[in-house]
Amino acid sequence: MRFQSTDRYIASRDLEVAVNAAVTLQRPLLVKGEPGTGKTVLAQEIAKGLGLPLIEWHIKSTTKAQQGLYEYDAVARLRDGQLGEERARDVANYIIRGKLWEAFTAPTPVVLLIDEIDKADIEFPNDLLLELDRMQFHVYETKETVAAVHRPIVLITSNNEKELPDAFLRRCFFHFIRFPEREVMERIVQAHYPDVRKELAAEALNAFFLLREVDGLKKRPATSELLDWLKLLMAEEMPPEALRTADMKVALPPLHGALLKNEQDVHLLERLAFLHRGRRS
Amino acid sequence: MFAPFLLKLRAAGLPVSLTEWLALVGATRAGVAEYEVENFYFLARATLVKDERHMDRFDRVFAEHFRGVLPETTITGELITRDLPEEWLRKLAEKLLSEEERQAIERAGGFEALMDLLRQRLEEQKKRHQGGNRMIGTAGTSPFGAFGDNPEGVRIGQEGSRRRSAVKVWDKREFRDLADDAALGTRAMKLALRRLRKFARQGEAEELDMAGTIGATARNAGTLDLRMQAPRRNAMKVLLLLDIGGSMDDHIRASEELFTAAKSEFRHLVHLYFHNCPYERLWKTNHRRAANMIGTEEVLRTYGPDWRVVFVGDASMSPYELLEPGGSVEHWNEEPGQAWLKRITGHFRRVGWINPVPEGHWAHTRTITLIQRLTEGRMFPMTLDGLDRMAKALR
Repeated sequence: MRFQSTDRYIASRDLEVAVNAAVTLQRPLLVKGEPGTGKTVLAQEIAKGLGLPLIEWHIKSTTKAQQGLYEYDAVARLRDGQLGEERARDVANYIIRGKLWEAFTAPTPVVLLIDEIDKADIEFPNDLLLELDRMQFHVYETKETVAAVHRPIVLITSNNEKELPDAFLRRCFFHFIRFPEREVMERIVQAHYPDVRKELAAEALNAFFLLREVDGLKKRPATSELLDWLKLLMAEEMPPEALRTADMKVALPPLHGALLKNEQDVHLLERLAFLHRGRRS
Repeated sequence: MFAPFLLKLRAAGLPVSLTEWLALVGATRAGVAEYEVENFYFLARATLVKDERHMDRFDRVFAEHFRGVLPETTITGELITRDLPEEWLRKLAEKLLSEEERQAIERAGGFEALMDLLRQRLEEQKKRHQGGNRMIGTAGTSPFGAFGDNPEGVRIGQEGSRRRSAVKVWDKREFRDLADDAALGTRAMKLALRRLRKFARQGEAEELDMAGTIGATARNAGTLDLRMQAPRRNAMKVLLLLDIGGSMDDHIRASEELFTAAKSEFRHLVHLYFHNCPYERLWKTNHRRAANMIGTEEVLRTYGPDWRVVFVGDASMSPYELLEPGGSVEHWNEEPGQAWLKRITGHFRRVGWINPVPEGHWAHTRTITLIQRLTEGRMFPMTLDGLDRMAKALR
């Protein structure tokens, strides 16, 4: 099983090595990087590339580690018991399996994505240490131990909102997705929109990289924004001339809503454009 | 060959442990690197580095350690600055400069002078960037640039081959920008701030009250009677007052980190800004405009005495700003800053002041001593220990 770039996902060589190391040694791979550089998509592509099913566990600020293992619905059992239902006798009927359990007991190896682990409470990663290390956990209610049939390929993404504990990091491989350079970006655009007009793509990339260099942007547009924007431009059949970078300083690029998600950023650019216009006249 | 590498990484301050080490050995043995140097570098990086800020340090150690082992010799700027290999410079200069240019150098004082200049420049650079983060030439200050040399700067270590691709990936040091020697991480700050937690039940009743349910069910003669209660939440209320005066510019990063840590730890967190010293008005955002202004009186009325007030500021100003009416640097203040400070400390029972200036220097600045007295000695340095002490004092 080897992971490599596909025609839809352009992976750099260091990313390939990191993924293959994690797959071979069966350890989790932690992926960090600017938002919009394809961290979550990576899991889908690994699953597709290796031909394995993907189980996604999206983390929210309220997610508890235990929810990934299992939950015991005591209230339902109590109610059933009150009503004298037969199934209330067996506690196993009220154990709700979590994503990790699902991944551990799947008949084939799976890819497990733990998305945005930094959203959860600061202790969350610590609570999963043993489970991810040994790939097993104990269910106290039924006194059984759930162990992985096949160790899943675990991919963890983080947006750097919280720092992760050392003990957790020690058990992972780590990869930082850097923002792609222009050539790579061209390949990515090619991979997603093979039928895009060459001039349009070139002008759009010019405008995009120029925009990323503007100082003081709160959220610099990333790959996913560029792809959305290009899609819009193609749908609108925008002529490439409309994107000429020389005009960028005078007016915002057309359909900039796809690139700038923050009103402060839009204001900033408008102000820059205004200043520039003033200087020219 | 590997073990010294591990030790060198640790010496360079990378938190590498045996766990990662065994993983690397295991992965190498499993053939992940496929016996290719570059792949081995990628593998080692994915295994041993867990934070993008450490990647640059890793690159430097890797380059140094595997210099002799790898087929092509490569040297980073870091090494050159340490002991300048004169031979290489000479050879390089001879190779890259044309006949006329060399004569021009001769006239200007000869090779020795040029070498001295270069060496001096390198030393300067090293001193200026304490992390040793710059390769020579990248800043464009190397004297070689003046002779129209390779725009990438002096490329020692690639004798004989000037192919661009010959630069090793680790010598590119692409993660330089991410390197950072911040002492206080947000995680550590959050853990310190956690001491300030005070739990209370508030809000929607959405949690099962176990004891209550058992009691009610028993009273109900065994028929289930569910009782719910509000979840326990951190009820600590914190008012953060941040100094954004000019002298705080050096501490912006640390303050931002502290703010990030505090923001996610406290449900009730209000932050306001002041400039050097709080007077009759404060600001809601750090663009201090009239629209964002809020009167200090109003703040005192709005937030009850149960709020904890934490000032973040260097408390370094001219004594007039604190002691005299009209002492403020930007407007006419009817009352001196200390009157307002006294009002704030009088209204809120628990007030702390976090000072990014190292504790040892406090005695040298008069206003720090004054404010320390005004806050009843509750001034703490912006270190983990300081935060810890503050959390205890404000509980």
